[in-house]
Amino acid sequence: MTSDTPEKSLSLKQRFDRWMIKHGRVLVIGIPYVWLFLFFLVPFLIVLKISFAMAEYAQPPYSSLFDWIEEGVTVTLNFGNYLFLLSDNLYATAYLNSIRIAAISTVITLLIGYPMAYGIARARGSVRSILLMLVILPFWTSFLIRVYAWIGILDREGLINAFLLWTGIITEPLIMRQTEGAVFVGIVYTYLPFMILPLYSTLEKMDVSLIEAALDLGCKPWKAFLKVTLPLSMPGVLAGSLLVFIPSVGEFVIPELLGGPNTLMIGRTLWNEFFANRDWPIASAVAIAMLVFLVVPIMWFQHIQTKQEERQS
Amino acid sequence: MLVPEAVLDRAHEDVHKTQPWNNPDAVPFIRFENVTKKFGDFYAVDDVSLDIYRHELFALLGGSGCGKTTLLRMLAGFEEPTSGKIYIDGVDMAGVPPYERPTNMMFQSYALFPHMNVEQNVAFGLLQDGVSRSETKQLVADMLALVQMSKFAKRKPHQLSGGQRQRVALARSLVKRPKVLLLDEPLGALDKKLREQTQFELVNIQEKVGTTFVMVTHDQEEAMTMASRIAVMNEGVINQTGTPFELYEYPNSRYTANFLGQVNLVEGVLIDDDEKYAVIKSDEGGCEIYIDHAVQGHRGMTFWAALRPERLRLTKEPPENIKYNCVSGKVEEIGYLGGISTYHVRLASGKRIKVTEPNSTRQIEPRYTWEDPVWVSWEAGAASVLNK
Repeated sequence: MTSDTPEKSLSLKQRFDRWMIKHGRVLVIGIPYVWLFLFFLVPFLIVLKISFAMAEYAQPPYSSLFDWIEEGVTVTLNFGNYLFLLSDNLYATAYLNSIRIAAISTVITLLIGYPMAYGIARARGSVRSILLMLVILPFWTSFLIRVYAWIGILDREGLINAFLLWTGIITEPLIMRQTEGAVFVGIVYTYLPFMILPLYSTLEKMDVSLIEAALDLGCKPWKAFLKVTLPLSMPGVLAGSLLVFIPSVGEFVIPELLGGPNTLMIGRTLWNEFFANRDWPIASAVAIAMLVFLVVPIMWFQHIQTKQEERQS
Repeated sequence: MLVPEAVLDRAHEDVHKTQPWNNPDAVPFIRFENVTKKFGDFYAVDDVSLDIYRHELFALLGGSGCGKTTLLRMLAGFEEPTSGKIYIDGVDMAGVPPYERPTNMMFQSYALFPHMNVEQNVAFGLLQDGVSRSETKQLVADMLALVQMSKFAKRKPHQLSGGQRQRVALARSLVKRPKVLLLDEPLGALDKKLREQTQFELVNIQEKVGTTFVMVTHDQEEAMTMASRIAVMNEGVINQTGTPFELYEYPNSRYTANFLGQVNLVEGVLIDDDEKYAVIKSDEGGCEIYIDHAVQGHRGMTFWAALRPERLRLTKEPPENIKYNCVSGKVEEIGYLGGISTYHVRLASGKRIKVTEPNSTRQIEPRYTWEDPVWVSWEAGAASVLNK
C-alpha cells in the first residue's frame, strides 16, 4: 500500500467506471421507471383528480380540490361524477356495447389470426420471414390513413359497391359504412397483427415432435391439433386476445369514422364529454371507470403469465 | 431395475440361438425393399434393402446425416419413401398414415405432452383407440409399474429428471403394445452412468414384452450392448449388417472397422499368398504382415490390415521372430485409465499406432514412459484384412 489513498490515484474515467459498476444497474432500470412515472402515472393522477372535481365555466373548466383557507387545506372530493355515470344508463350502455363489440372483434380476429399464425410458423425459413414482414407491413402506413381507406372501400360509392354494381349482382348500392359491421371490419383489420404475432411466437416455439407423437399414438391430424397444438398455444391465444380486446374497448377513431351514429362506444362518449360538452370532470370519471374495467383482465393475464413462467423454470 | 446378467443371457437365448437371419426359410417381420428417400437432390437413404426379424432388438448405427433416422421415420410413417417398399408383418406400408401403423415411437426429445401429467401422457394413446377408461387405468398402472414410475403418476413432465422422462416416454410408446417399437437415440439425453444402467433395463423390458425394437443410435457401445444385430450406415447406404460379434471381428470395410471400437488401419500391398496364408508388405507399418488365412485378391493389390489396439503387444525387447508382425517405435503418448493403459507409438514411417494393455497386476511404477523405444507385435490371427 502506498501512502496515497487508492481513491486519489484514480483517474476521472476510472472513478466513473467504478461508480457505474456500483450504480449502473439502478440507473438502467431507473430510466424507464422515471419515464413511466412522468408520462403515465402523473397524467393518470391529474385525470383522477379532475374526476373528483365539479364542472365550472372557468379556465380550467373544473373546480379545484384543494382550498387554501388561512391555516389549512380543505379537500373537496366530489363523487357526483361517478354517481352520475350510474344514474344515466347512456354510460352503462356505452360500456357494455364497447365490451360486446371488442369481444366479438377479438373472437373474429382470433379465428382469422390463428390459421395465419399457424401457417407462418410452419412455413419454410425464407417464406416465413416474408410472411412476417407482410403482417408488419401495414404499420408503416398511418393508422388513420388505413381507416380512411376502408371508408373508400365500404362507402356507398366505394370500391365494393362499384364493383358489385358493375358486375350486375346488385342494382342498388349496399349500405356498408356507418354500420356496426364496418366497425368490426375496421377493428379486426387494424388489430389482426397484434393477434398474429404472439400466436406466431408460441406456435413457432412448439416442438413439432409433439404433434408427431400425437399422430404416432393414434390421433388423426385434426385431433392432434385439438389435443396438443391448441392447448399448448393457449398462452399465445390469451396474449393476442388481450392485445386486441383492451385497445378495442376504448377505440374511438374506428367507430367514429366507420360506425354509424348508433354505434355507441365508450371512446366516443369520452370524446363527446371532453370536446362537445366540455365537461372535463365527467369525461375524467368515464376514463377512470374504463381503466378500472380493463385493469381486471390485465391483472388476470399477468397472473397467468407469471404462473406460466414459474412452470417453465 | 438392474437385471442380473444370468436373466439377460437366458432371455437373449431366443433370437440369438434361433438366428433367423441365418435361416433362409425365416420370414422377416420388417422388410425394406430397395428403399430410397430423396430430399430435393439429396439422397438421405439410397436403395436400402434390409430384413428385420420378430423379437429382434435391431440397431441402426451411424454418424449424423447417415440416413438412420430417415429410415426409422419411414417405418413410423412420418416420411414416405421416394421409391421402394416397406412391409411390416407382411403388410405394405405405402400410404398408411402414422396413426394407423402398428408402430409406436419413442422420440429423441421424448416429446412428452407438457400439459398432461405422467398418467395422462401414458393413457393418451389408449384413449385415442377407444379403450375403456377402466381398462386404460389398469394398463397405464401396469406399464408405470414396469418402468418404475408409479410414484410419479401425477407429476408433470417438467417436474421429472431426464431419466424419469425417458421411462415415461418408453411407457407411453409401449402401452399400446405396438408390433414394432421405434427408438430414436433412446439414451442420447442421459448422462453416461445412467445410460449404462438404462441400456440393460431397456433390454430387459424388451424381453418381457417381446416386442420387436428398432433403434437408432450413433453410440457404438450402446448398439453393441443392446442389439441382437446392427446395421452400420454411412451416407444413406447400409455398409454392413451383422451381430455385434460379426461386425467387430469381421468388418467388411475400413468404415465399419473404424466405427465399431478402435482400430489401427495399416495400408500395404499383397506380396505373397496361398490357400492358407497371405503376406502384406506395408511401408506405412514398416513391416510385413502375416495373415493366417487366404485373402480374396491378387498380388500387388492394396489391402488394409485392421489391428485392434487390445490385440497388440508392447515389449521393450524385440520378440523372437521379428520377420513378421512386429515393428519398433517410440512411445509418444500415454493414457492411464486405471483398468487399462493406452499408448500411442510413433513408428519410423511416422504412422501412429494405438495399443491398449490391461493393467492386470499392480505396478510399482508405470511400465513405459514417454520416448521409450518399444516393439509392437501381434499374432498371425489378430489382423483382419480389408480391401475397401
